Amino acid sequence: MNSKTNRANHIILRVEGLKKYFPVRRGFFQKIAAWNKAVDGVSFEIQQGKTLGLVGESGCGKTTVARLILKLLESDAGKIVFRGTDISKLAENDMKLYRKDMQIVFQDPYGSLNPRMTVGLSIEEGLRILGIKNAPKRKERLEKLLQMVGMSPESADRYPHEFSGGQRQRIGIARALSVEPLLIICDEPVSALDVSIQAQIINLLKDLQDRLGLSYLFISHDLNVVGYLCNTIAVMYKGCIMEFAPAEQLFENPRHPYTISLLAAIPDPEPGNTPDLHLPERDLPDSSIPIFGCSFQGRCTLEETRCREERTTLAQVGEEHFVRCWKAAQNKIPKVS
Amino acid sequence: MTNIQAKEFNQNFQFDQPLAPKRTRWEEFWLLFRQNRLAILGLFIFILFFLSALIGLFLTSGTNPVFDPALIRLQEKLRPPLAEPHLDSLQPEEVPRLDIYLMGTDDLGRDVFARMLQGAWVSLTVGFVAVGISVLIGIFMGGIAGYFGQHMLINTISVDTLIMRIVDIMLCFPSFFLILTVVALLPASIYNIMIVIGLTSWMGTTRFVRAEFLSLREQDFVAAAKALGVSNFRIIFRHIMPNAIAPVLVSATIGIASAILTEAGLSFLGFGVPPPHATWGNILSNGKNFIFDAPWLTFIPGIAILIVVLSFNLFGEGLRDVLNPKLRERG
Repeated sequence: MNSKTNRANHIILRVEGLKKYFPVRRGFFQKIAAWNKAVDGVSFEIQQGKTLGLVGESGCGKTTVARLILKLLESDAGKIVFRGTDISKLAENDMKLYRKDMQIVFQDPYGSLNPRMTVGLSIEEGLRILGIKNAPKRKERLEKLLQMVGMSPESADRYPHEFSGGQRQRIGIARALSVEPLLIICDEPVSALDVSIQAQIINLLKDLQDRLGLSYLFISHDLNVVGYLCNTIAVMYKGCIMEFAPAEQLFENPRHPYTISLLAAIPDPEPGNTPDLHLPERDLPDSSIPIFGCSFQGRCTLEETRCREERTTLAQVGEEHFVRCWKAAQNKIPKVS
Repeated sequence: MTNIQAKEFNQNFQFDQPLAPKRTRWEEFWLLFRQNRLAILGLFIFILFFLSALIGLFLTSGTNPVFDPALIRLQEKLRPPLAEPHLDSLQPEEVPRLDIYLMGTDDLGRDVFARMLQGAWVSLTVGFVAVGISVLIGIFMGGIAGYFGQHMLINTISVDTLIMRIVDIMLCFPSFFLILTVVALLPASIYNIMIVIGLTSWMGTTRFVRAEFLSLREQDFVAAAKALGVSNFRIIFRHIMPNAIAPVLVSATIGIASAILTEAGLSFLGFGVPPPHATWGNILSNGKNFIFDAPWLTFIPGIAILIVVLSFNLFGEGLRDVLNPKLRERG
């Protein structure tokens, strides 16, 4: 146990300046007209056994970050340091070594399981990767995995269409666990589920973390869920991290105007309390149109000329609390009560 | 390092919700398929055809076949169907089995029933082998184009572009005339015809498979398999292919019908299987000279081709309806 607490301080994943630009092609010859900066210089760290929450609205690049880390997409720039090795430039063959240490749980429980494979076969793919050649042993392991996620062992020879969304999500988690990973990237694992089922899956994830010492990168747009599950939270907007802070601190003392408006948007269970949105009712501006300065411009209520003229940097405003806003760094954001 | 220990740990969770009653895909498939009467009829005729071709092969081949399709009885030429043989003018070994010309005789006095039986086997093998060849090529080419399509070969030409342009070029030729040309150059044999039909009909399958691969490749379960570290080969054949096979199956069924038609057309034009081997096409072709004196010589093989091709098409369309997931949800 001692070694475990020692390792707890270790950083399992460090991402530095990660970038991914998608070309926007137009016209008859499909010329590249602009670049959509899906991920534009994202950096963060995840500590062993801890959970980092990545929050942001739809289209801000959260899922792209997940796919970049897993190398399902090639990054354009930046480092992905996993357990001390930069995997961002590794060829697929060398990547094989690290594949099983990082797994993903998907948002859509319907698309994430192969409809033509029984649940058992889907999970056994991982056990094969792990090198368990002996069929009875694989079977035994498979049953254990199913029990771990709260499914009965009989579900192994059934097809995904026979299960509900929550059950499928459990199967997806069992598949991710099959290769005994150290880090699981949860890409909005509960946002497609019922509220009651959401709680079950979140508790399952939490329990698995306690038992197996897993680290999570938990991607969500639901701040309540993230606040419950995560140790640190990164708030993302248009491909950049706007604020990075320990969970309690972010909820108690949000600094960035975007974070403030996100927190204000959490529905209040008290009737009559209408949320103060702080946001003009505008859609996310097209990120393929290049802008200079703060990427939040156009939606920020506290915008000034300096925001459009100066590049933003992540400034430290507290212990492990960073914010990408010069006003917040100078404490010029009016407090909301 | 993460030693998974399930035992101490599963009491936390209740196994939620009882599982739905188990029903395999085949059972579900059959339940839906049963509702389509025409498709069932097609399947029934298909099985009948298959069995008669198989039995026909045994009854008409060998040194002393039960039904001899090549036995010439000039004194008995152009007898109508169900005619009794003139026993006085025949040698004992020339007397037809069953003592009746079930489908009449042709201009050389050969038993049309025996010839039809022999021809059924030709049609069946040509249909299956030619489609088998075209499906194999189609899956291979379509799979590569769909899965590895983004890889660049030279500068701007990707694998996908290369394969799909080959398909376009192949589609530019009117395929029947292409087959005619090739068959005219090659020695006439049943195997050459199968191969040529197969090699000129894979383009449709390639397009189907490519389209399926393109959409399946982006699915989460494929991403999950990649994240697990499953090899490309296994992803293609174990994860994607079973999901892409349904439309291929449908087009193959309909493809068999068109291969049978093509073979019959070639034989009719005299480019097909060489005589004395009987095929439905060359029975038809011989019969056209006697269409007013002996109409059964054209009508019997013609109607047989019609029924078999129709049954394959009905079966194929029934299959398509059942395998269509949108209809499945409704069922």
